[in-house]
Amino acid sequence: MQADIAAWRARHPRAFARPLAQRLALWAGAALLLTWLAWVFWLFDITPVRLWNGLGGLGTIMGLMVPPSPGELWLDILKGIAESVAMAFLGTFLAALVAVPLGFLGANNMVLNTLARFSLRRVLDGFRGVDSLIWALAYVRAVGLGPLAGVLAIFTADFAVLAKLYAEAIENAEKKQVEGVTAAGGARSLAIRFGVLPQVLPIMLAQALYFFESNTRSAAILGVVGAGGIGLQLAERIRVRHWDEVAFIIILMVLTVSAIDWLSGRLRRRLIGERPRAS
Amino acid sequence: MSDFAMSPATLRGEAAFQHARRERRRASLLALAVLGTCLWLAGWVSEVNAQILWAGLPRVTEYFQLIMPDLRWVTLFSDSETGGSIASWFYRWDAWALLLLETANMAALATLSGCVVALGLSFFASRNLARSEWSYQLVRRGLEALRTVPEIVYALIFVWAFGVGALAGILAIMVHTIGAMGKLFSEVIENADMRPWDGVRAAGGTWVHGCRFAILPQVAPNLISYALLRFEINVRGASVIGFVGAGGIGQEIYTVIASNYYEEISAIVLMVILTVTMIDLLSERLRLRITDAHGGR
Repeated sequence: MQADIAAWRARHPRAFARPLAQRLALWAGAALLLTWLAWVFWLFDITPVRLWNGLGGLGTIMGLMVPPSPGELWLDILKGIAESVAMAFLGTFLAALVAVPLGFLGANNMVLNTLARFSLRRVLDGFRGVDSLIWALAYVRAVGLGPLAGVLAIFTADFAVLAKLYAEAIENAEKKQVEGVTAAGGARSLAIRFGVLPQVLPIMLAQALYFFESNTRSAAILGVVGAGGIGLQLAERIRVRHWDEVAFIIILMVLTVSAIDWLSGRLRRRLIGERPRAS
Repeated sequence: MSDFAMSPATLRGEAAFQHARRERRRASLLALAVLGTCLWLAGWVSEVNAQILWAGLPRVTEYFQLIMPDLRWVTLFSDSETGGSIASWFYRWDAWALLLLETANMAALATLSGCVVALGLSFFASRNLARSEWSYQLVRRGLEALRTVPEIVYALIFVWAFGVGALAGILAIMVHTIGAMGKLFSEVIENADMRPWDGVRAAGGTWVHGCRFAILPQVAPNLISYALLRFEINVRGASVIGFVGAGGIGQEIYTVIASNYYEEISAIVLMVILTVTMIDLLSERLRLRITDAHGGR
């Protein structure tokens, strides 16, 4: 038996163990990872004691969260939720409105100037790199506390991404319709109106709806920096440690977000038909 | 029109066309009316209307003009003491770079720990490997609950429990990552080929052996690529989580914006954009290499 194994090992060494070089590389990688971990734990001062104490504190907080209660100001909470949804809607609407012309400018079959298109896309990428919370904080400074700052933040964070998606949709549109309109004597504007727009409008609407869904999530937290909506209420109640009300608001937030998801998902499917989900 | 004698078929076709057009017009009008109502309602609830928006615009442009650096060509490359130079614009670039490094490390640690926990849970949350109906439902619903709460809300709560600092932020991002990645991982696992699994189980391997030797080798490239994608998202998240005192560059951004240090705002935000873009590019190349090496799986 032992001899058999030895013989097999001699004939097929790779079935029994990895080659030495690979093993060394693995060990080196593991050592590197451990060193990095040790450094990061030291850097952020993560110790078992701190973790344990924190978990204890978290347990107390979770205990205080049940049962969730709306508190006395439940009307304010409802108004905050409505305000968040309204902010998301207005921000997305404005972003989509601005993104349509930008999308046409950014599409490579509509504008032939490569340099202009390239620089436009880079600028749009730059807008995308900044989180909507940063925009919200800046707008609170610029236009004051309240939902206007939130609407502007959502608009600024999203119009660039939407414009890019719209540009892609326009680039992917069939050229035959455009050729048909042009062949029938239609001007360029007519070709866009009757050749391109009917093809891309459902896609544009569906994408705007998708952004509305995700913006409902962001609008819910923009209030943390003072930009209106339910986030403000949440942050206030966390500040005074009314944990049962915090739990209530979080549950309400989650329910609202899923309701919006459901509604907009149905609308989207009606617009563009059933599609395999991209995971 | 009446000058032409039309055949009945043409007339019928014309009538059908007119009817279809009327229907479409009606549907469009209805959709516009619904949209208009929603807009009016949203404007009424949030007290934002065209006038307020219009009145706010000058203040926004003014603010962005203030943020723009005061660069002058003559002194562009002088030292940080001279006004109008790049060096004076970025006069604290070393401190910010350090904070950005810290932010990236927060995101990396949160992604790594979150993905490890998510990996462990995802085997229970996959239809094809689920141990029992109730553990499957429990883990699935749990992951759902974890990912629906935004990470900044976790951060707000964790700052109370773990104290102000990076630990609260890391844990907040980690918890959210567990929820998001657990779902993605289990979807990948559900698409895995089950024949190796049958082989391992037939050879007497336990459930854990099956996960380790039959499933993991198949799905690892996909999981790593998802984890890298999540890392990119988490870097963005970590850059703002400091707003609520949970560490990273966010605290600095908050201070700078809240105290109106105008030029520093553009400097920091520019550095954040550069860092995020660099990390995105790096991670994208890594992801492409991983997926290419494994036959585009």
